[in-house]
Amino acid sequence: MALFKLSINNRAYNADVEQDTPLLWVLRDNLGLVGTKYGCGISQCGACTVHLDGKAAKSCVLPVSAVGKAKVTTIEGLSEKGDHPVQKAWDEVDVAQCGYCQAGQIMTAAALLKEKPKPTDEEIVSTMSGNICRCGTYHRIREAVKVAASKTN
Amino acid sequence: MKTLEQTSRRDFMKLAAAAGGGLFLGFNWSNSSALPVVVNAKDIAAGLIHFNSYLSIGTDNTITIVSPNPEIGQGIKTAFPMIVAEELDADWKKVKTVQGNLDTTIFERQVTGGSGAVPHSWERLRKAGATARYLLVEAAATTWKVPATECTTESNKVLHKASGKSLSYGELAEATSKLTAPTEVKLKNEKEFKLIGQSVRNVDNNNIATGKPLFGLDFYREGMLFALIQRPKAFGLKLKSVNSDVAKSMPGIVDVVTFDNSVAVVGKSTWQVKKAKDTLKIEYEKAADLESTADHNRIFAQLMDSGQATVRRKNGDVDTAFKNAAKVIKAEYQCPFLPHSPLEPMNFFAHVREDGVELVGPTQTPDRARTEVAKLTGIAPEKITVEITRQGGGFGRRLAADYVIEAANVSKLMKAPVKVIWTREDDMTGGIYRPAVRYRFEAALDKSGELIGYKLRGVGMNSGNSTREDNFPSGSVDNLLIDSVEHKSPITTGPWRAPITNFLAYAEQSFLDEVAEAAGKDPIEFRLALLEKAKKSPAGDVKYDVDRMIAVIKMAAEKSNWGKKKGVHQGFSVYFSHRSYVAQVGEVVVEKGKPVLKKVIAAVDCGIVINKSGSLQQVRGGVVDGIGHAMYGNMTFKDGTPDQNNFNGFRLIRMNEIPEVDVHFVDNGISPTGLGEPALPPAGGAVANAFYKATKLRLRNQPFINEEAFKGIS
Repeated sequence: MALFKLSINNRAYNADVEQDTPLLWVLRDNLGLVGTKYGCGISQCGACTVHLDGKAAKSCVLPVSAVGKAKVTTIEGLSEKGDHPVQKAWDEVDVAQCGYCQAGQIMTAAALLKEKPKPTDEEIVSTMSGNICRCGTYHRIREAVKVAASKTN
Repeated sequence: MKTLEQTSRRDFMKLAAAAGGGLFLGFNWSNSSALPVVVNAKDIAAGLIHFNSYLSIGTDNTITIVSPNPEIGQGIKTAFPMIVAEELDADWKKVKTVQGNLDTTIFERQVTGGSGAVPHSWERLRKAGATARYLLVEAAATTWKVPATECTTESNKVLHKASGKSLSYGELAEATSKLTAPTEVKLKNEKEFKLIGQSVRNVDNNNIATGKPLFGLDFYREGMLFALIQRPKAFGLKLKSVNSDVAKSMPGIVDVVTFDNSVAVVGKSTWQVKKAKDTLKIEYEKAADLESTADHNRIFAQLMDSGQATVRRKNGDVDTAFKNAAKVIKAEYQCPFLPHSPLEPMNFFAHVREDGVELVGPTQTPDRARTEVAKLTGIAPEKITVEITRQGGGFGRRLAADYVIEAANVSKLMKAPVKVIWTREDDMTGGIYRPAVRYRFEAALDKSGELIGYKLRGVGMNSGNSTREDNFPSGSVDNLLIDSVEHKSPITTGPWRAPITNFLAYAEQSFLDEVAEAAGKDPIEFRLALLEKAKKSPAGDVKYDVDRMIAVIKMAAEKSNWGKKKGVHQGFSVYFSHRSYVAQVGEVVVEKGKPVLKKVIAAVDCGIVINKSGSLQQVRGGVVDGIGHAMYGNMTFKDGTPDQNNFNGFRLIRMNEIPEVDVHFVDNGISPTGLGEPALPPAGGAVANAFYKATKLRLRNQPFINEEAFKGIS
C-alpha cells in the first residue's frame, strides 16, 4: 500500500492503495467516482475512458502509480453543470439505450473535439470505434459527435 | 387490514419526496380486474393500505409515475409514463419517473423479457391516467359549480372555457384525493394522442451523461465487502479441493469461502480481491463430459439423422409431396454458442440478516431473484426486498438469478453485506449462453415452381424445442413437417435476445431465398404468393396475421425501391416474433472487389408507436445487434472451456462496421406490441441474402466472417 496524491476534476484526492491498482478501481472503490465504468479491464471497450491532461485514456489499464501529476478528468468533472457540448448533444440526439457505455463514449468524443474541433466523418468513426456500445447506438453516437462539433467554436 | 411492505413504503417515501411533501393521488391495483381506488397520503403513511401508485400529483404540480419494470435499455422507463401522461393530459416537463422496486402484491409483471411489458400494461396504464384525469375534472367542476362535461384538460390544467377559469393539477390535487374513483373511464381515441407517437428523450439522459450512480455496479454501501468468485474453469467439472493460503494472506482479503462448486474471495476492494483470486490453487474433478466444439459438430451430424425427433407440426403428407417433386432443395444452417455480453457484467448486492434479506442490483426477473434467495436462506419472501437498479444491458442474461444466489450465498457465509462482481472474463466464461443449433431445411417444388412440401428439423442443445413451428411459412404449405431433436449439454444455456428466432429467422429466411431462386421467382413475390395461399386456403392453423405480414413486406419493398437500384445487391427477409412484424432489405455494394454492407431498410409493425425516438433506436439497435452477432459472434469450446474470455477474442460490432439503418413504421392504430426483440431476428437473413446476390456464395453458418464469401476480408 502507498499513498497517492491525485488531481481529479480540479480537486485533490488521496488514495491509499497498492501501486498496481488501475485508476478505474481507485476512482470507483476508493473515491466514490462511479461514473467511470468497468466493461472489460483490458482496454477493449472504452467504458472506462477518462481524460489525462485532456487526452483520452483507458483507466482500466492505467496503474494509479503511472498517473503522477497528470490532471485526471472523469465524467463527473467534464463540466460543472452537465452542460458540456458533448453532454448536451447526447441528450439532444437521445443517444442512450441502457446508458452504461455512454460516459466512456462522451469522454472519448470530448477528447476528440478538444484536439480536433471539426473532425471529419472518418476521424469520428475511427476514434469512436474504440468504444463498444452493446445496445448498438452507434448511429446516434456519430450524429451526436457531429452535433457537438457544430456547436463548438 | 394488511400492512404495507417495506418496498412499498420506500416507494412511497420517494413519491412523497418527489411530490414536494404535499398531498398526492395514488391508485391501488392489486390485479388487472381490480378497479383503481383513490387513496390518500395519510392512510398510506399509516400503513393502512396497499397501493401501487402508478402516479401521484403533488401540490407543486409535479406528476410522479412509478415504472415497475426493470430498465435494461429497452426504454420502458420512458415509455410507461408516456402512456399514463397521455391519458392524463399531463405536461411532460412536469412528469417524473421513479423506478419501482419488487412488490408482487401490487405489481403484476415485473419482468423484462419477451418484449412483453407494453402489450401487458398498455390498457392499465391508460386507465390509470384517464382515471386521474376524470377525478381532476370532477374536483374542478365541483369547485366551480359547473358541469364536468364543460371542462377540458390540457398540459396539467383543467379549464372551463366558457368562464375562462383554470386550475392546475397541483392546485386540485388535495381536493381530488378526497373523491372516489369511477368504476369505468373513457379512454381517448388514438387519433387524439398528443404525446404518444412523439419523440421523447430517455428520462435518464442527464443522469447518464453526467455519470450519476444508476447501475448495479455503482451501488456501494458502507462496510460492504467485495467478492469475486472462481467457478469451475470448464463445464462438466466439479470442485475437489481448494488451497487459498496465499490469497488469504494478501492485503485487503477478509476470507475465502466455498459453496457448491464456487470459491469466493472476499475483501475490501475489487482489485485486491481480483489479485487474490488469481492465486487460488483449485483441483477439480470430472462430473460430466467436457465438450469441445468439435464434439458439438459431431453430435449435430449424428442427431440430424438419428430418427428420434419430436414432431412439432405436421400438415398434409410430406413423403408424397417430396416423391412427386420436380425439384428438391436441401440445406443446413448452423450457429455457434454466444455469450450475452451486456456491457455491465453480472453483479449483485446482498445483505443476508437473520430476519431478512436486502438485495440490490440489475435483474430482469426480480421476483425470481427473491424466490431463489428465499429458497437458499429459508427466509420468507415477504422479508426479502429487491431494489431494481438501472441495468447496463441484459439481452436475456439477467433473466437468470445465478449471480443473485451467489451474492446471497457469500453474504450468508460472511454474515456481512456483500457485492458479488463478475469480471468480464467471468461474465464471458461463467455460463448461460445462446446455445449452438443446427437446422436442416428441405423444400419440394412442383413443375411450375410451387412450394408443395417443406421440412425443417432442428437439432438443439438444451433448447427444449429449437423450432418455432407455427411461424411462417407454416400455414402456407400444404405438406409440412417440423420436428426437433435435443442434445443435453453440460454447458449452461438460456434465453438470448429473441430466443431461438435470433438464429432460426436468419436460417429460414436465407433458405426461402434459396427456394425462391430455385423456383425462378423474385424472393418478395415468392413470399407474397405463399402468404396469399395462407389467407385463401390455409394449411392448418395460421398463428400470425397474414395481412400485417404482407403490409410490412410491401412497405420494405417500396421504401427500398426493391429490385430497381443499379449496382446495389439487395437481400430480403421478414419475420414475425414477439407479436410484432418486421421486414428488412439489406443492401450490399461491391467496392474494390469486396462486398460491403451499406444499408438496411426496416419496415416495422408493432402497432401504435409510443415513443418515436426510443422505437427508432430500438429497431436500429436490434438490427446492429443482429448483424454484429451474425457477422462476428463466435464462442467455441475446448474440453468444456470457452476459447474466448474477453472482447479481444470475442468480437462485438463497432461503429466502423455498421450499415446505415432506415426505419419505417406501419401506422395502423393497432394496440402496441413490444420492440425489444422483433427487429433482431430478420437482420441476419436480409444481410446474408444481399451478400449472396453480390458474391453468389450462400452464408449458411454463423459467424459469416468465417465463411467462404469473406475469405481474406477482415
